[in-house]
Amino acid sequence: MKEISELLFPENTLYAEDHEWAKIEDGVATVGINDYAQDQLGDIVYVELPQVGDSFERGDEFGTVESVKAVSELYMPLSGEIIAVNENLEDSPELINQSPYEEGWIIKIRPDDDNEAEELMEKEAYLSFLKGDD
Amino acid sequence: MSERVGTQGLLFNEPLLWERGSRGRSGMSLPRADVEPAPVDEDLVGNGPDIPDLSEPEVVRHYTRLSQWNFGIDSNMYPLGSCTMKYNPKTNEKQAARPGFAGAHPLLPSELSQGALQLMAELEQYLAEITGLDAATLQPAAGAQGELTGMLIMHAWFKHHDDRRSKIIVPDTAHGTNPASAALCGYRAVPAASGPDGILETAVIDRLMDDETAGIMITNPNTLGFFEENIKAIAQIVHRHDGLVYCDGANMNALMGIVDLAAAGVDILHLNLHKTFSTPHGGGGPGSGPVLVRKKLEPFLPVPRVVPDGKGWRLSDDFPLSIGKIHAFQGNFGVMVKAYSYIRSMGADLKRASQLAVLNANYLKERLKGVLHLPYDRPCMHECVFTDALQQPYGITTLDMAKRLMDYGFHPPTVYFPLVVKDALMMEPTETESRDDIDRFVEALEAVAKEAVESPELLREAPHVCKTERLDETEAARNPRLTG
Repeated sequence: MKEISELLFPENTLYAEDHEWAKIEDGVATVGINDYAQDQLGDIVYVELPQVGDSFERGDEFGTVESVKAVSELYMPLSGEIIAVNENLEDSPELINQSPYEEGWIIKIRPDDDNEAEELMEKEAYLSFLKGDD
Repeated sequence: MSERVGTQGLLFNEPLLWERGSRGRSGMSLPRADVEPAPVDEDLVGNGPDIPDLSEPEVVRHYTRLSQWNFGIDSNMYPLGSCTMKYNPKTNEKQAARPGFAGAHPLLPSELSQGALQLMAELEQYLAEITGLDAATLQPAAGAQGELTGMLIMHAWFKHHDDRRSKIIVPDTAHGTNPASAALCGYRAVPAASGPDGILETAVIDRLMDDETAGIMITNPNTLGFFEENIKAIAQIVHRHDGLVYCDGANMNALMGIVDLAAAGVDILHLNLHKTFSTPHGGGGPGSGPVLVRKKLEPFLPVPRVVPDGKGWRLSDDFPLSIGKIHAFQGNFGVMVKAYSYIRSMGADLKRASQLAVLNANYLKERLKGVLHLPYDRPCMHECVFTDALQQPYGITTLDMAKRLMDYGFHPPTVYFPLVVKDALMMEPTETESRDDIDRFVEALEAVAKEAVESPELLREAPHVCKTERLDETEAARNPRLTG
């Protein structure tokens, strides 16, 4: 596993305590799991995705990700409606390991509440959270 | 170090039975027919099933060779955490194999099954006495079905009282199947984080519990191997909101004859007979997951139930509030006979078995502290949890150490569980390992930890002397081959 200093956390991206990331552009939030989460999980072998049209509250479980180590829940970083899921993950779950912020995105949501984003962390805040957590 | 237990030996490859044999070969001789051949109805004639033609030695060698690939508690220590892989006394097998039990047909009328029914009724009473609860069902086939049965009983209780509840509290130290059992009954699992000591804090439950919440599913001892010391106060909070306390009793091996779970506030409890009450397991069954309840929940237990009828025992479906049937016939009867035999032969020593299980786990914990990282350094119950933090600087993971232990002749511990500990190795020695055997296991792990520093590649490529070398688990999970 990598040291925290070796992990990638892009700017202009928000981070949740459960290690999901969200990037909000034009009122749509793209969500995935971050480099730390994919590194900790190890090789991902299966992703269970929600249905487009489902709505969830912030903190709700919206799917699961299964690695050779364990099955882990995916939690909504923001409340909202699922407007797209990354269907490529069904056949190529390794995209999350290879490219957690680009090709390995998991869902796109239309957030219910713009203010919720303020409760997520910027890169620097997340890094200090992670160092405390580790 | 004493002589290593694991060594090398010749194992045989063995094809499928269908790839063996030759047309016309046979392993038995039928007596000459002493009746005239009778024509068979043409509708019944067709191609029979594809059964291979084999000689007796081919069949015997096939199964003997396959058995030599196996590792079981009869081979060596099997410290798989949360699984209670204790040695199972052979007398239990002998009792279950008695023709009267082994040959009993579930459709025999009650008057011809009195022995079997009496055994079930008495086993229910024994389990009630051991746990402190009032009534039991023996139907569930294993722990997860026991959980589901417990949740169905909880759901039926609230429905009967016209009380609609939608949530249930599940701690992060609970067994992984708990949320699934709750979800099948329509409950949403509300996660509760354990405190810095690895146990639940009363304040957390106080904050989460409300009148919309059916109750809590608490594993005690929990998956970190700690006794939930606040269980009584937690139960009082749940009961104040008219909720119910479900206890996952998979780890009962630490508590037999020591803890009265009813006095601790538990309303529903499942047990794993195949773990605590000694039945060989690990290959997928058969298991048995009885559920015990307080008196007020007894009317909801599955049917049929064994009831006294004045002169003996009979099966009764006359329980209108019952959740119904959850297993064909009465459950896995053979496992019940083994548990009955175990309880009767152990008697009051069941308590001593639990005491020794806890002592062994604490001994193992103290001996391994420093060899492996111990995240919660405090007295444990029947199992203890380590991590690979001391080996990670050498690029060695929990999985590498688990694989290397196989070369030393030990079954690996549970790995990467519980999830609340990162990269966990969870070990449960049980009461049936002698101090000598635990010492040998510790020596093996000490040797593995030394190798992690000096020759880490040995671990990364392990196992080396097993029938099969390191498998590509990622490939196997992504592209499973589901046929032979």
